[in-house]
Amino acid sequence: MHHLQVEAIANGTVIDHIPAGKGLKIIHRLQLKHKDIRLTIGLNLPSNAMQHKDLIKINDLQLTPEKAAEFALFAPDATINVISHYRVTQKYRMQKPEQLRGLFQCPNTNCITRFEPIASWFAVKQADNQLKLRCQYCERSFSEDLFQ
Amino acid sequence: MANSLLNLDLVSISDLNKTQILSILARAEQLKRQPQPNLLRGKVIASCFFEASTRTRLSFETAVQRLGGQLIGFADANNTSGKKGETLSDSIQMISRYADALIMRHPREGAARLAAEISRVPVINGGDGANQHPSQTLLDLFSIFECRGQLEGVKVAFVGDLKYGRTVHSLAQALALFGAQLFFVAPSSLGMPDYLIEELNEKNIKWQRLDSLEQAIDSAEFLYMTRIQKERLDPTEYMHIASQYILRAQHLEQASPKLRVLHPLPRVDEIQPEVDQMPQAYYFQQAENGLYARQALLSLILGATEE
Ligand SMILES: [Zn+2]
Repeated sequence: MHHLQVEAIANGTVIDHIPAGKGLKIIHRLQLKHKDIRLTIGLNLPSNAMQHKDLIKINDLQLTPEKAAEFALFAPDATINVISHYRVTQKYRMQKPEQLRGLFQCPNTNCITRFEPIASWFAVKQADNQLKLRCQYCERSFSEDLFQ
Repeated sequence: MANSLLNLDLVSISDLNKTQILSILARAEQLKRQPQPNLLRGKVIASCFFEASTRTRLSFETAVQRLGGQLIGFADANNTSGKKGETLSDSIQMISRYADALIMRHPREGAARLAAEISRVPVINGGDGANQHPSQTLLDLFSIFECRGQLEGVKVAFVGDLKYGRTVHSLAQALALFGAQLFFVAPSSLGMPDYLIEELNEKNIKWQRLDSLEQAIDSAEFLYMTRIQKERLDPTEYMHIASQYILRAQHLEQASPKLRVLHPLPRVDEIQPEVDQMPQAYYFQQAENGLYARQALLSLILGATEE
């Protein structure tokens, strides 16, 4: 079996093949939703496919493809391993969502979504090697680095 | 033919396809030729200016009056409930229960899209922050259409601030539907944004950057002038550069008398007053055309037709 380089977890999820430097962004998103979550993170690990990568182990939380899709913005090519009793029970590639609603704040400080009681809403576009989010309201497109 | 504009919200020019644009232009031409003072009789139009814009408001409100419609609304944010802490969503909920259609201007980007989601009646965007102002694009298109008889393959040169000018962006996008050929004359720091250039390339639109106003006059059928705002350039740059983008009568003396000069107005000094007397000057007719384009839009969206 593929050696994960960080101590094994009993139950939970491993997000692998995160571009080096983006791991902390995903951690931030995870902590927003799950305040007390227990995480182990590996930064700048050597990787055959991508030279350097980040890797996150999440204890006791099994991510569905739908839930994981939120992180596609930061790690579009990540692999997700769901772990039960120390074994990988499901393994899948990150799915690219077509839209994201209510998850990220629009980076445009003059966007109406920042002033009204409504959920943000972005269409997800593939641009070159990265994903971009286009706000359905202010109609601007933003690259990943503008999102927290 | 079925009217596909009936009850449509117009937030962004990209909400319209080619056929819809052409039907608006054809209707505008009819209304210019033959006024229809009763077309909107019995209709109440809300004119909601959450930010003052006298020019746009006067044009829209005159269009409503010329068609015999009634107006309610407000001219700036001082009188609105927004000042008292009401959300835009609530304001729109309420106003859209009073009126048959809603014209709105708002200082924040995306406000019109939100209003369109909430409103029970069609919403026409009269400008949302720096985002969209589709009726301006329609009057620009109508002016070109009127002068030339069609839009297909038109050669248009955009001059001035092409980076921040939203009228330029929307018009270029709309012209791309009609296989236009575009020329850009701008200081290097105020050129067309990359995303727009990419869009033009995707649509196989021919475009070219030109170095001078003179070249643009030689190459294009329409000269679309815009203002370079002082604060967009550093002061020395402004002093050296801005004068290259000012149109004077002498520029037009040798030009084709068929060339037309357009400008979204208001102008400051980028078109010298002496140009007004030249046969190519067309910006005041263009502003007048705003009335017909907006009448056309209102009558089609409200399904008010007459034999
Ligand atoms: Zn936005």
